[in-house]
Amino acid sequence: MNKQKETELKNQVDTSNEHNNSYTDASGVETIFEQNFRVISPGRMVAKRFFRSKLSVIGLFMIIFVFAFSFIGPLIIDLTWGYNETQVFKVERTSDMVTTADFPAPDGRSYDYFDKSVTVISFKAPPSGDHWLGTDTSGFDVFTRLMYGGRISLIISFIVIFLETIIGVVLGGLAGYFGKWVDQTVMRVVDIFACLPGLPILLVLSATISSIESIPAEHRIYYLMAFLTLMGWTGVARIVRGQILMLREQEYMMAATTTGIRPFKKIFKHLIPNTMPQLIVSMTLGLGGIILYESTLSYLGLGVPFPRAAWGSMIALADPSRGQEILANYPNMWVPAGVLIIVTVLGFSFIGDGLRDAFDPRMKR
Amino acid sequence: MGIFDKFKPKKIEGVDQSEYLTLKEERRISAENKKIFREYEKNRRRTVDESVYLTSMRDPDNVVEFDDLHTYFYTDVGTVKAVNGVTFDIPKGKIVGVVGESGCGKSVTSLSLMQLVQAPHGQIVSGSIRYQAEDGKAYDISKMPMSEMLKIRGKDLAMIFQEPMTSLNPVFKIGDQMDEVVMLHVAGATDASAKARSIEMLNLVGIAMAENVYNSYPHELSGGMRQRVMIAMALSCDPRLIIADEPTTALDVTIQAQILELLRDVKDRINGSIMLITHDLGVIAEMADFVVVMYAGKIIEQGTVHEIFHEPKHPYTVGLMRSKPNVDNMVERLYSIPGQVPNPINMPSNCYFYNRCDKAMDICSKEYPGMIQFSETHFAACHLYTDDKDAVFFEALGANIEEEQE
Amino acid sequence: MDNTNNILEVNNLKKFYPIRGMAIGKRKSYVKAVDGVSFSIKQGTTMGLVGESGCGKTTVGRTILRLHEITGGEVKFEGRDLSKLSGRELRRLRPQIQMIFQDPFSSLSPRLPVGEIIGEAVKEHKIVPKSQYRSYILKVMRDCGLQPQYFYRYPHEFSGGQRQRISIARAVALNPKFIICDEPLSALDVSIQAQIINLMKDLQDQFGYTYLFISHDLSVVEHISDTIAVMYLGSIVEMGEKKKIFANPMHPYTKALLSAVPVSDPDIKMNRIILTGDIPSPANPPSGCKFRTRCQHAMPICAEREPVFKAYEDEHQVACHLYPQE
Repeated sequence: MNKQKETELKNQVDTSNEHNNSYTDASGVETIFEQNFRVISPGRMVAKRFFRSKLSVIGLFMIIFVFAFSFIGPLIIDLTWGYNETQVFKVERTSDMVTTADFPAPDGRSYDYFDKSVTVISFKAPPSGDHWLGTDTSGFDVFTRLMYGGRISLIISFIVIFLETIIGVVLGGLAGYFGKWVDQTVMRVVDIFACLPGLPILLVLSATISSIESIPAEHRIYYLMAFLTLMGWTGVARIVRGQILMLREQEYMMAATTTGIRPFKKIFKHLIPNTMPQLIVSMTLGLGGIILYESTLSYLGLGVPFPRAAWGSMIALADPSRGQEILANYPNMWVPAGVLIIVTVLGFSFIGDGLRDAFDPRMKR
Repeated sequence: MGIFDKFKPKKIEGVDQSEYLTLKEERRISAENKKIFREYEKNRRRTVDESVYLTSMRDPDNVVEFDDLHTYFYTDVGTVKAVNGVTFDIPKGKIVGVVGESGCGKSVTSLSLMQLVQAPHGQIVSGSIRYQAEDGKAYDISKMPMSEMLKIRGKDLAMIFQEPMTSLNPVFKIGDQMDEVVMLHVAGATDASAKARSIEMLNLVGIAMAENVYNSYPHELSGGMRQRVMIAMALSCDPRLIIADEPTTALDVTIQAQILELLRDVKDRINGSIMLITHDLGVIAEMADFVVVMYAGKIIEQGTVHEIFHEPKHPYTVGLMRSKPNVDNMVERLYSIPGQVPNPINMPSNCYFYNRCDKAMDICSKEYPGMIQFSETHFAACHLYTDDKDAVFFEALGANIEEEQE
Repeated sequence: MDNTNNILEVNNLKKFYPIRGMAIGKRKSYVKAVDGVSFSIKQGTTMGLVGESGCGKTTVGRTILRLHEITGGEVKFEGRDLSKLSGRELRRLRPQIQMIFQDPFSSLSPRLPVGEIIGEAVKEHKIVPKSQYRSYILKVMRDCGLQPQYFYRYPHEFSGGQRQRISIARAVALNPKFIICDEPLSALDVSIQAQIINLMKDLQDQFGYTYLFISHDLSVVEHISDTIAVMYLGSIVEMGEKKKIFANPMHPYTKALLSAVPVSDPDIKMNRIILTGDIPSPANPPSGCKFRTRCQHAMPICAEREPVFKAYEDEHQVACHLYPQE
């Protein structure tokens, strides 16, 4: 049946396209339409402007690296060595242990106690050929955990940003299109959400969730994602509403009204597609923020539960309140995680800035 | 199968050929442009001696002479030959009208004269623009360094733009903006003398309450008023040439009549010349002494206003005149030039008007016609007259127009 | 009055915009963009609506379509008052009244292909059966001088003239009876303007459309219209058959407008009536006759009373104190 349609279409076209470049309109006046040059497609134009900025190309490479590292890396580890993030390695090494003590002897004098012995430590291995970044306090391979930690951070941030955008587009779109009381209601809700202090509430919430015993530790992360979404959609809603208020006044929207198409179609076919550039930019810029949020939570022990890896919780090993030892002596455990967080967040903002300039029609060059 | 159909690229086979550049072509154009920009950048840094841009005029009665001017824009889709070999003169004390449709290069010609073409994309490639200063020295503007250009731009050569709404800075008072011009160009001007001069100019352009306008901000004035202020500003340094780029296009008819009247009046008073750029033949007929008709970066016809309007030679000029409905001249059906206004990229070597012309001949598709002289001042570039300058066919066509008028 | 032939009747149409940002307790004031406009258009004819910027001519067009809500008065389309229709009824009626917009660059949705722009509402209102949809769109495109391969192209690939053809095709595809043209030529080049005028006239001859042609260009309006209404500051000052208006303009404003049009002949030096001053703000119009501040013939009475809009010959009405008011 499909084939039939196609041939039918071809026939129509063939008959109506007898004269190739000269064309006869209703009046019989020959109208010639031909163009002596070709243009660049709008998509390519955006790409061109994007790649013109060095910073956005650097950002792109940073993000590609992080993605490859956290999504392809675990597969390679799993396939070649067959272990994962929670594999415990006992790398035994000997270490000098010195014990000293002063104690007053019964004779009234003070004595120094000095004991030197050799012990065997199986955790906190230094970097080596087998474990490039060593192992941590529980004997997990740091390098492997970095990969798994990146994977979970990226997955979480992508899910959150998509949920945020969907909610934001729907509510912002309604507010912008219908205006009046819908706008008032939605925007006041946005205001309320925007003035909630995010971090303190998150702390309280996480503490509450972890104290409720009926919620298994693995599910805790879902609640946090839901909360992050709830805090984040307001920005998207504002952007979409603003865009739609502007687009609504465009003549093609008036034209859509005069042709009498349904409001639903007007919103989703004419308005939302035209807000896409701004949305993509805000999503890219938002990703970095969510990764930071997630890391903060993991650092505070409220995010991804132990023994799963997360960049934040890896840095938390160096928490000075638990002693200076790791902070001072084992940079291999926490510095790489910090570097990766910086690389990811910077990468996303470079790309976001590049995209914003690339989509901006005023950037003609 | 229904769902997947939606994702297939929808194309009508055999009909839909791509209008887009391929990536390869695009890269090639970018690379070429880069090379050209580097070349120009190198030349620009050089300091130039006065002897390089000192020249002599073809005719001492001219203020400005364009001689085979080529201004190109190196864009992402190819080289736009916006001005492609333009030669004409602006005599002292005359109004020269440049007429043409969008993309014909009329504005770029004036921007080249002011050295306002956006570098590095736009460049004067060859040709010269000779300008005669008050002391009789002639300069070639296309070779002049920016530092020298600053001395004559805004002083001897003043410009009035199309959009009076955007050509004044909204955060400064009218007076401040006008004084600035005077202070910059008039030697020994003081605050008080600049103010006096500004108010004098505002009076000159027919603003009744000059003092008030002097102290107001641009948004407080109407469009016509702003255009008057722009003209006053252009006049404040006694320019030898005013370039008016579509000065009335953004204005209403009744206001347009006021502004045109003013321009004519002002020209006589300062004894300067005007280069009037417009797409409106009516405005040209009313204002200009000489007319230059441009099409796709080239001059296709030039002459005195009487020659152009009474004995148009080029089919494009004729078509333009006939396609405008006229209040006093009713026709049942308007003549229309078929096709669309070309964008001067990758122009062929044939006559640019060839595919829209109803008098096209074989030769028109082969070579670009040379300029043919009809009188001392009248030229047209059309193959119709290569053999026969007596213009048999256009006499017939002229009669045709008259018939319609009855 | 015989009004069986009238497709559209506008009676005392008003559109006021409230001025916001007033101090509390102050009385609300309005910009009277359209202040009591009445006219009627006969089936199959063209009415030209002329005026300068800010005179409210565009607002008239948009208010008729209820793109802006009507403040007062009635708009009768084939006897039905549009101002009283509910949203749903209005949406059903919409295909019959179409509009062609001024700016061909902003009136086409940039993210839809041409075929979709033209055909979207055809699908919505089921103008043709689904099986004929594509051939119908291609036929409309052909009528408007567009090649079939443009079906899948995007608006940004086209020049202003072609975009305006797409815009016309969008209106024509819905099989309308009445088309409002809001300065469809002002953004186009001269040689393209003639093409579009001819296209619109041909379509009218072929399908019998009725046009309301809004423009600031008198020569174009003269060419295309049968009747002409001249607007100034929200009201019609003169209205009548084209020939009568051009042969015998009665209102001083019409006379000034006519004489201000530049003529393409260097030998005709017109005795021009040059109006002084600018159009007053519609938020604060002059009392009495609104034109009196710029009128050469202003009399004391002009400031006191608004002139009556009255017919002085058949099909020719004027509102001016120069002519007997009783």
